[in-house]
Amino acid sequence: MNTIIQILSAHIGREVTPGEFVETKVEIILGNDITFPLAIEEFEKSRAKKIFNPDQVVIVLDHFTPNKDIESAQQCRRIRQFAKEHNIKNLFEGGFGGIEHALLPEEGLVVPGDIVIGADSHTCTYGALGALGTGVGSTDIAYAMITGQCWLRVPETIRFIYYGNLQPWVGGKDLILYTIGDIGVDGANYRAMEFSGETISRLPMDERFTICNMAIEAGGKCGYIEPDEITLEYINQRTKRSHKVYKSNPETSYIDTREYNVSKIEPQVALPHLPSNTVGVSTLQPIEIDQAVIGSCTNGWLKDLRVAASILKGRKVHKEVRLIVIPATQRIYREALKEGLIEVFIEAGAVVSPPTCGPCLGGHMGVLAEGERAIATTNRNFIGRMGHPKSEVYLANPAVTAASAILGRIASPQEVAV
Amino acid sequence: MKLVGKAHRFGDDINTDLIISGKYKFKTLDMEELSKHLLEDLDPDFFKKIKKGDFIVAGKNFGCGSSREQAPLVIKYAHISAVLASSFARIFYRNAINVGLPLVECDTSKIDEGDNLVVDLEGGKVIDQTKQEEIDITPLPSFMIEILSAGGLVGYIKENRGWRI
Repeated sequence: MNTIIQILSAHIGREVTPGEFVETKVEIILGNDITFPLAIEEFEKSRAKKIFNPDQVVIVLDHFTPNKDIESAQQCRRIRQFAKEHNIKNLFEGGFGGIEHALLPEEGLVVPGDIVIGADSHTCTYGALGALGTGVGSTDIAYAMITGQCWLRVPETIRFIYYGNLQPWVGGKDLILYTIGDIGVDGANYRAMEFSGETISRLPMDERFTICNMAIEAGGKCGYIEPDEITLEYINQRTKRSHKVYKSNPETSYIDTREYNVSKIEPQVALPHLPSNTVGVSTLQPIEIDQAVIGSCTNGWLKDLRVAASILKGRKVHKEVRLIVIPATQRIYREALKEGLIEVFIEAGAVVSPPTCGPCLGGHMGVLAEGERAIATTNRNFIGRMGHPKSEVYLANPAVTAASAILGRIASPQEVAV
Repeated sequence: MKLVGKAHRFGDDINTDLIISGKYKFKTLDMEELSKHLLEDLDPDFFKKIKKGDFIVAGKNFGCGSSREQAPLVIKYAHISAVLASSFARIFYRNAINVGLPLVECDTSKIDEGDNLVVDLEGGKVIDQTKQEEIDITPLPSFMIEILSAGGLVGYIKENRGWRI
């Protein structure tokens, strides 16, 4: 049995098989400032009186915060009222907040073996902790709040094995972009993606989160990395909640297995308008940019800021480029301050924003005008994703994005770093 | 339940940001208002072209991207009776069922813009009256048909007074 089947079977109390529809209990029910208001509507329409277990509900106000306009402020106020009425303690915002998928691990709210459903597609991030995290809708979380349950189709699992040594400036972002380029934006639709191999086992948590975070960009139901010492050290530093580590049996079956020799992978860039349009950065003709964004639930982790700072240190952002750096959480922001990274960014000519999803979804803090082009460490480059329908987003890792901000065009980190 | 209407043709990988642009998406929970902007980045006049009961017909991976339920909701509020596609992205799929928007997974390659279609959900087929062809559809699990008949998960839960699938 693969690990995903083991987690589901343990929650349901019998052995489940791929393809069947099941109802399962869940440990964490997650919503944010743009999906939770609709969940409140559905909850109230059902005339439910109380939440099954308020301690299982986590709300993070991260997309349009600090509130960008009156409408988003109204929505957040409604959420706060609902949380108060229903005694939801896990409501995070402002100086105690951050981007949800970086914040929950940091707060120690998710442990190996959990099932996390979130009304946000990047809920698959928690696979890096050995949990089954999957994106659902607002109605789903409304009903999970009432019943503690969720309906799911038991997924088949595709196994991805990575071996070899990483080239300079190549990280988790490049591995997942390369993989999405290989299998396509629906290559894992309805399926779980298990990431394994010697390369993965050497990666720090920050890069594992990046990989699992983008499982959805291949259509995946969830990502998964089997917990090891690195995972357990991360967990034990943050929570005492009991957890269960599931490991694949030798007779585990997968619907497909794909192997990648990472020593052949250079930093990747996903061209507009799909995350699967990936090419190696060295193959690109000069592409000028107007904006560069380093942040998001994909690449706003401390490691990402360290990499970006190592490139920007002592250099200046191109005068026709706006570089926006967004630490994913307040804790990451503080650590970056302590390490001197924020000073490096400001000295280089970057704008440092408080934690927010902001520009990733064209919300605020860096929306693009018609004809503008951005390189970003975010996760989607759909038409109009960061602003005007005639703007363009190129996806890359933090090193490529930082180097591009300096040179004013999409560039390899090797062009600026020695 | 037989649905009758005209086909409005779209391509592959139609994502949730295209279905309802982020410019409007979260300004309001008023779906009637939001539905006027359905797919406007692809066709600014699309909403005006819809007659009650019409279908959106697309290629593979319809609804990929975010988890936002506004995407199937605006389609439903724009009076589209069902979306036909060769495949759907999974979060969009569950959201559509949960809000009571019928989805039809079938071979859409031969359906053209403006074709008159009859969708027979129970009978498991689409009839393209313009081309006089019948297309088989991948049947939905019975509990999903029950959710759809109840108008979505809210209605379903009320009818069942509990949680069963």
